[in-house]
Amino acid sequence: MIGLNHYLTLSAMLFVLSIAGMVINRRNLILLLMCVELMLLAVNFNFIAFSRHLGDDAGQVFVFFVLTVAAAEAAIGLAILVVLFRNRRSINVDELNTMKG
Amino acid sequence: MIFQTVLFYAFAGVLLLAALGVVFFRNPVHSIMCLVLAFFQSAVLWMLIEAEFLAIVLVLVYVGAVMVLFLFVVMMLDVNLESVKRGLTRYAPLAAIIALVMTAELIQVIWLKGQEAGLTGAFTPYPEGYNNTKALGSVLYTEHVYAFEIAAVVLLLAIVAAITLTMRKRPGLKVQNIAKQVAVRAKDRIRVIKMDPEERS
Repeated sequence: MIGLNHYLTLSAMLFVLSIAGMVINRRNLILLLMCVELMLLAVNFNFIAFSRHLGDDAGQVFVFFVLTVAAAEAAIGLAILVVLFRNRRSINVDELNTMKG
Repeated sequence: MIFQTVLFYAFAGVLLLAALGVVFFRNPVHSIMCLVLAFFQSAVLWMLIEAEFLAIVLVLVYVGAVMVLFLFVVMMLDVNLESVKRGLTRYAPLAAIIALVMTAELIQVIWLKGQEAGLTGAFTPYPEGYNNTKALGSVLYTEHVYAFEIAAVVLLLAIVAAITLTMRKRPGLKVQNIAKQVAVRAKDRIRVIKMDPEERS
């Protein structure tokens, strides 16, 4: 019987995996953005599972908005990435220390 | 029900493998392909719990638009893979510890505390004739209509921000000035000079 627990566990594993990915791939900015997308996916899993469990469609509406904001975030993030690469010829996170102060 | 359980475990397994691929593949293009696979698996899993509208939206918006955007950027940028590659395993033990601790805690909360809170058991099936898209639409355009419009504005903001960030005027680029070309007259171009013939020396 697949219930709320299974979906929450799957989402927790996905979330933790993407956090681990962020820590491991600390150098590549594109992979960090992709890990953010995975995290948002895990959050959406939670929303949908709870919406289904409680029988309330508001959770799914919220997922809709999360998807919208995530798309906007990806577009702006990638634009910043492109500008960054143009100026620095690198997307290595370790080299982005000009704002250290 | 058994069939659904098998499907859930199969797709969840592939989803986790794809997520592992996203994290561990060295080539960003391979990572993106794994991410596409992960989104497809998630869409199927959402469909299994009858969230069809969002499943289709996930495939259309994410796989169709956002992932293509990622692919474009990765292929446009000539990223030096060697410089990104090294030092990769330095943080791996730390990441593994963080991941294990967090997974253990979350599973403990979900399975032990969930049992006390009565969160276990299968989902109650929807009544006959339930239409997920219709149900979502009926709340999206009534209760959440302002949020919906703000979402549209957020997307507009993303368009404007992305274009203004990446548009640039390169110096020394040869471009046509149409207005100047149209407005030109013959007497601006040719100057007739009257002069006496010069003596041949």
